[in-house]
Amino acid sequence: MSAGPGGSFSRTQYRLGFWLLLAPVVLWLGLLIILPHIDMVLVSLRERVASRQYEFSFSNYITFFAEPLYWNTFVRTAVMSIVATLLTLMIAFPVSFYIAKVLSGRPKMALFILCLIPFWVSELVRTYGWMILLRETGLISGALQWLGFIDQPVELLYNDAAIMVGLIYTSMLFMVVPLVTTLDSLDNSLIEAGYDLGGSSWHVMRSIVIPHAMPGIMSGCIVVFMLTLGNYLTPTLLGGKDSLWFTEQIYTQFITRFNWEQGAAFGILLLVLSSLIVWAGLKVTKQSFTRVMS
Amino acid sequence: MRPLRKFRYLTIITAATAAFSVSAQAETLRLLTWGGYAPQDVVEQFEKETGIEVKVTLSNNEDMISKLRATRGAGFDLAQPSQDRIVSAQADFNIYKPMDMSKIKTAQIIPSMLAATEKNTQFEGEVYGVPHVWGTSGLIVNRKAAATVKDYTDLCDDSLSGSVSYRLKRPTLIGFAFALGEDPFAAYGDTEKYQRILDKVEEKLVDCKSNVKAYWSGGDALLNLMRSGEVTAAMAWDAGGWKLNSENPEITFVAPASGALGWIDTFVLPRKTKAEDAAYKWINFVMQPEIAARITESAGNFTASQGSDDFVNDTLKAQFKESFPQADLDNINWYPPVPAGLEEMEGKVLDRVKAAK
Repeated sequence: MSAGPGGSFSRTQYRLGFWLLLAPVVLWLGLLIILPHIDMVLVSLRERVASRQYEFSFSNYITFFAEPLYWNTFVRTAVMSIVATLLTLMIAFPVSFYIAKVLSGRPKMALFILCLIPFWVSELVRTYGWMILLRETGLISGALQWLGFIDQPVELLYNDAAIMVGLIYTSMLFMVVPLVTTLDSLDNSLIEAGYDLGGSSWHVMRSIVIPHAMPGIMSGCIVVFMLTLGNYLTPTLLGGKDSLWFTEQIYTQFITRFNWEQGAAFGILLLVLSSLIVWAGLKVTKQSFTRVMS
Repeated sequence: MRPLRKFRYLTIITAATAAFSVSAQAETLRLLTWGGYAPQDVVEQFEKETGIEVKVTLSNNEDMISKLRATRGAGFDLAQPSQDRIVSAQADFNIYKPMDMSKIKTAQIIPSMLAATEKNTQFEGEVYGVPHVWGTSGLIVNRKAAATVKDYTDLCDDSLSGSVSYRLKRPTLIGFAFALGEDPFAAYGDTEKYQRILDKVEEKLVDCKSNVKAYWSGGDALLNLMRSGEVTAAMAWDAGGWKLNSENPEITFVAPASGALGWIDTFVLPRKTKAEDAAYKWINFVMQPEIAARITESAGNFTASQGSDDFVNDTLKAQFKESFPQADLDNINWYPPVPAGLEEMEGKVLDRVKAAK
């Protein structure tokens, strides 16, 4: 291909450039996301009848709905993820508002970076940090005894509250960043105008700040919800003897039970059901997905 | 189109380097094994003697099978699953390659173990496994705080509320079944009978749940719980108990009254092994008595190598003797091969125990 006359050449070059730039995305989506998922669907529709013999069947999906255990595990995981998302929002919103609207310059950067620092260590290390704090012979239990509030060691680990703490801590950043960004884009004079027109703080917050921040709130919530729902480490390590988590169930089916068919069905169900929950959340808050994600 | 031409050169160079790096690679042995089975000094000596590089990946029974299943037996040259888990995995997933016994120096291996493994790892007339390390699971007990624990079911004693730990895996089901007076191994072939035993065990485990502090999954996590005194009695491997015993004489491994559960970890060739000769060399190398003794010191368990006990340090031998008087040694229940399908039944029981309130 040598240099041709101006017009046609630049068009081919443009087209070539377009496809070259698109190629990584297409390859990424196709090879790492779409193809494996198609394979997952196919695997999930098989049933092992005998050694090395498989038959087409819906039995793996039927198991999910027929066995209350799996269904309950999913509901429990979804409910806990929603609660964790809401709590994260409640904690992150004042923090983000303070960073975006009250502070400026260096303190603003400093506080933002403080939110970021825990994410410089891996999730595993962060979770072990919580284990050191919460366990029966851990720091908090020791400090409470030393202060005389309790006279026996208390076990703070291995329960649902510990999971919740771990989940919220892990997802804080993913809520703070979108919130700070949207709140930053809110013109301060709008808030002042609200006050000038006689609105109370609560009123200004409800009819000016929150509606403006809604896309940020929703995108933060979606990210946090998906991360929490798909979290494996935190519930497994911090959770107690009856803590069930759906991803743990998928892992168990794949790795310890060698039941790829069941695991694949669970994986597909997790994808579908969590998408439904997100869709419902968007409907309820009257947000559109494209606006939230932009 | 200069940029494109440059791009083309780059591709050629990349491809060439890639090809070169493959051909220049020395012979390597990719070993899929358990923690402690391939200590650094043994690996270094092997590399020096043979020039074969050893790449060690640590794993466990389920993980090994899953890894090999995902690649249909590729990615590793030698694996070490337990002898009872080989036949069913081979039947279901076809991930192993038969052993060529003529390439193994069988004189180095304790004959009874070699024969037992040969029998238990036979599939369609071919032998798949060679024994390496053996040990048991039973009880690790803090003798000061939980002196009453003599059998698995004693873990459910009211006095131990909140200070007990075990795994939610099949050894727990088998151990409790024996302690409840059943013989699960005899029922391996009879699904209905096995289910009845499992139901009984499930009831006991659900009952026992209030005693459990946490179901452990990693060996180190359990050792920490025992060390800190948060857990005073647990169902676990003997080597962990002896390790704790060296730190704190109060804690040790106890063979349960209904019998410790005996396992043998083996050597198996993955179906698409690329370094078969190196694998046989490694097997023959680590089965030498002195080398095997070093593996015993690092793993905490004895090997199937003939005469290696003479080289093992006295502490471990004394700990072993204390935990296993002759009667307890004879009482060990050795795992027979698991028939395919049983693990699914067990899985449902384990799930229900975990979900029970």
